[in-house]
Amino acid sequence: MSLPPAIETQNLRKVYGEKAAVDDLSLTVEQGEVFGFLGPNGAGKTTSVKLLLGLVSPSGGEGHLFGVPVGNPQGRARVGFLPEHFRFHDWLRADEFLALHADLYHMRRDLARRRIAELLDLVGLAPYADKRLRTFSKGMLQRIGLAQALLNQPSLVILDEPTSGLDPVGRRLVRDIIRDLRQQGVTVFLNSHLLSEVEITCDRVAFIKHGKVIHTSPLQKLVEGEIRLEIKARNLAPEVSAGLEKWSRNVRQDGERLTLTLPSEADLPAVNRYLVEQGVEVYAFTPQQVSLEDLFIEIVGTDGGL
Amino acid sequence: MSVLTIARLTFREASRRWVLWVALLLGVAFLAIYALGFHEIQKDIEGSMRNMNPLAAKEMQSFFLIAGLYVVNFLTVMMTVLTSVDTLSGEIASGTIQTIVSKPMQRWEVVIGKWLGFAGMLTMYLLLMAGGVMAVVFLRSGYQAPHALAALGLMLLNVLLLLSVSLLGGASLSTLSNGVLVFGLYGIAFIGGWVEQFGAFLKNQTAMNIGIFCSLVLPSEAIWRRASFLMESPLVSAMGVSPFASSSVPSPIMIVYAILYAAAALALAVRQLYRRDL
Repeated sequence: MSLPPAIETQNLRKVYGEKAAVDDLSLTVEQGEVFGFLGPNGAGKTTSVKLLLGLVSPSGGEGHLFGVPVGNPQGRARVGFLPEHFRFHDWLRADEFLALHADLYHMRRDLARRRIAELLDLVGLAPYADKRLRTFSKGMLQRIGLAQALLNQPSLVILDEPTSGLDPVGRRLVRDIIRDLRQQGVTVFLNSHLLSEVEITCDRVAFIKHGKVIHTSPLQKLVEGEIRLEIKARNLAPEVSAGLEKWSRNVRQDGERLTLTLPSEADLPAVNRYLVEQGVEVYAFTPQQVSLEDLFIEIVGTDGGL
Repeated sequence: MSVLTIARLTFREASRRWVLWVALLLGVAFLAIYALGFHEIQKDIEGSMRNMNPLAAKEMQSFFLIAGLYVVNFLTVMMTVLTSVDTLSGEIASGTIQTIVSKPMQRWEVVIGKWLGFAGMLTMYLLLMAGGVMAVVFLRSGYQAPHALAALGLMLLNVLLLLSVSLLGGASLSTLSNGVLVFGLYGIAFIGGWVEQFGAFLKNQTAMNIGIFCSLVLPSEAIWRRASFLMESPLVSAMGVSPFASSSVPSPIMIVYAILYAAAALALAVRQLYRRDL
């Protein structure tokens, strides 16, 4: 018997007035995956997350968490969530805040106490356990919010822009926590536009634009496949650079600088040979792996989904 | 049960806010001034006016007691609205509610939990203030209003009624609109009460109907008038001249109406929160 997916949605849809924030979201996230959910601002990422958590009701389609329909509290019992614009009861002390949320997860008091101490340690806030959240910086709030999302040892952690308010140390912390979660077999749904974070942490990514998933792919394949080549050369006739289109559809020449994307590393020698045979004087020949950012722009488009 | 967690949280939140402590401090000041004032009046009743009709003395004591409770009723209503007006709308606007309702809980638990938490806090406030006024009068003069407990119960009903309306507004509107709505309804009920009184005094049926209509819009003033009627000394009722005397007494059906009104408002508040996208 196979495990139900951590997240499964079919044609999930949310319309506000006349505008569809989420148009047609069909997505499957298997248990144990670290899944990156990418898209420009306003693409419907946060609304999608809210649909999964039952914070907004769908206008159409359906979704399940561990086989339980979204909106049913049973599914949320196994979920930890850190919202994008996290605001908490800031008159509570850090330890009281976590105790409150442990109560909301129906955790036993003695277990909760131990777990709270553990988590305060994990997010580096143990010395601030008895301080009011009101006195916390944005980064500290994000850390306590993260601790809150891990209280119940969830099977699925949904993080909406978890590193947006954090300094580099905090970001490293989030990355380490995600890595630990993956080792424990916890599913992570990471909503982010900080692509470098996603690149480091995720197994698989989906790109969303105008409320629709337009591309899903394992990250490995996505980033490792294509190669970006930068060439510095003299004696570069236009017909020579046009000839490069045999290998690449996006050849761009800017004086002595030539950039193109190759489908695979294996094409590099052939391109080099071609240039030399055409009498081009090559000064630099620099292959680079395509970054997620390049892919993002290529897939989503430079209009940013506006 | 998450509903009890929310109730505890609400009670604790209220008790950590300045508003409660300011209210308590001013409440104690109110009771002190009230006690001092009543002491002076009682001194005259026992001294220079020793020979007055004992019924007239009782009437003065009754008047002063009901005047004190009238202010307490007003203060408790204010406390109810001011403390609860932003509890739902504020948490929805700030997003605080997102990490709460995404837990394995139902949304009704948020509404009912908050209702219970505020009800507990406000009941304590009401008991302190109304109990204080009654204690001052009783300890100094030995006067005890008839039906004091029933009247206290009605004042509590008033609190719960306004609390339910304020939560309904909070589940649907912004904090500011909610405040305007609840105080606006309260104003209508308040003036409606006086229109009804004068209508009854002048035997003007239209004025009375306007007043009754206002009581149906929000029965808070009617409930207070019922409470003050219960506590009146029979003589005052017969004369019908005191500002607190009720020429037109709301019937017990109005109490049933108020209970149903509060229950319906609370049920609608729950329904509104389920419909809201958070």
